[in-house]
Amino acid sequence: MISARRLVLTALAAAVTLGVAACGSSGGEQQQAAPARTLTISAAASLTDVYNQLKPQFEQAHPGTTVRFNFGGSDTLAQQVVQGVPTDVLATASPKTMQTAQQAGRIEGQPVTYAANSLQIAVAPGNPKQIANLQSLVGPQVTEAICQPTVPCGQATQAAERAAGVTLDPVSQDPDVRTVLQRVTTRNVDAGIVYVTDVKATNGQVQGVDFPQASAQGAGQTYPIGVVAGSQNADLGQQWIQFITGPQGDAALTQAGFQLK
Amino acid sequence: MTRAVTRTGRGSRGSTVSLALPWPVWVPAVVAFGLIAVPVAGLIVRTDWPNFAALVTTDAALDALWLSLKTGLTSTALCLVLGGPLALVLARSNIPGLPFLRSVVLLPLVLPPVVGGLTLLFLLGRTGPLGQLLNAWFGITVPFSTEAVVIAQTFVAMPFLVVSLEGALRTAGERYEVVAATLGASPLTALRRVTIPVVLPGLISGSVLAFARALGEFGATIAFAGNLQGTTQTLPLLIYIQSQNDLDGAVAMSLVLVVVAVLVIVATRTRDVSGVR
Repeated sequence: MISARRLVLTALAAAVTLGVAACGSSGGEQQQAAPARTLTISAAASLTDVYNQLKPQFEQAHPGTTVRFNFGGSDTLAQQVVQGVPTDVLATASPKTMQTAQQAGRIEGQPVTYAANSLQIAVAPGNPKQIANLQSLVGPQVTEAICQPTVPCGQATQAAERAAGVTLDPVSQDPDVRTVLQRVTTRNVDAGIVYVTDVKATNGQVQGVDFPQASAQGAGQTYPIGVVAGSQNADLGQQWIQFITGPQGDAALTQAGFQLK
Repeated sequence: MTRAVTRTGRGSRGSTVSLALPWPVWVPAVVAFGLIAVPVAGLIVRTDWPNFAALVTTDAALDALWLSLKTGLTSTALCLVLGGPLALVLARSNIPGLPFLRSVVLLPLVLPPVVGGLTLLFLLGRTGPLGQLLNAWFGITVPFSTEAVVIAQTFVAMPFLVVSLEGALRTAGERYEVVAATLGASPLTALRRVTIPVVLPGLISGSVLAFARALGEFGATIAFAGNLQGTTQTLPLLIYIQSQNDLDGAVAMSLVLVVVAVLVIVATRTRDVSGVR
């Protein structure tokens, strides 16, 4: 009875998983080697590339294991975990969202903080508007998009604004950082405040401009990860955390532009 | 349980015909109604009533409600002014390729709204072909403006009006217009005095559907118009953003959206029944 319910919920979680071809890899040939297990990881959208890149390595090291991801905004993921969505690991993009899950008693033990990210101004290649810092974004000559203040990247942007003593006049306050980035890659805004890793992920479609307030108090982003309480795959979840904080994880994170913690 | 309609038959014996609904209709009908009504009822249960007034009267909420009403009504008017004639062409003209045109008109129903918004962005964005012209000639930038919200809403709502109206036009047929023409009415007079009054119920229900769709529009708006309080942040956008960190506020504002929609539907329903025929 319980396992049937769990099966349905797991299937639902899989349906929620965005654009990940996790289903394809659960081939029959793996099932003979070891009992088939599925590790479900809810991870912040900014981790999409790194986690997808590390998935085959982890699966190879743990025969019979299929990793699948539920990528989304950290707030949404934390809410889902609080509401009891069956997932084994929660990896958010801010301590605050992790605390939401912790306070609800949904995280086993202490989460590990393993990576950090900082803000950058994304502009068109060649920086046609000559944007040098936050101040140069103010005014009608330059249009910019930033994150909504309720999401982590929006809070970081606000902290940077406070540190610089400027108030930006964005044309859009978007619900997630990738939407901000898309507005820059499609050239509908002159600039967007995103993370270093987002700029790197575009492979040169946008250029990043560093600014001093990116290292201000509250402007940085740290990435905690923890095993969800009551997970049937807590051991596998711990192994994923060791893997992501180990040499292979470090290499992938560094390559994507994350700073290691 | 069953509804029996009795009327005098046309048969020579004057027998009565019972038009009861066959029993297999009822179970799925109840399930269908429940599927819609139960989650919405859950919304009412989940609402934080003691703080309801405070939650729905924040600056952001009032701005969003006002913007939603304003843009929703404007989009509906545009759907009427542009979609009405389109429905006439689809129903009454015999230009070649009508089935193809009709399927194109239905596309916004099939496309995920976000994709609809992106296609608008590709066309009207700063680097889009039309967007570049508008910018060069008139200095107009469409994305991130209230006009962009209206365009996105009109895009997604248009098929609802066109399909309803085209159906009404086809059901009504052309016989009254033929009579009007034989009595000397010009095509324009026939349209104004005969066609429009005849299809008025269809026009009203189509407008209500279009308004409801425009009111709930989210994906195309956020992709094409962005999200800025007072300018492009409609109620569904605010609800989405609130739902990420303040569920109570999101639920309360959703309820406001439901109430607005129900009010509009009820108001037009009663007019529909008592006013026309």
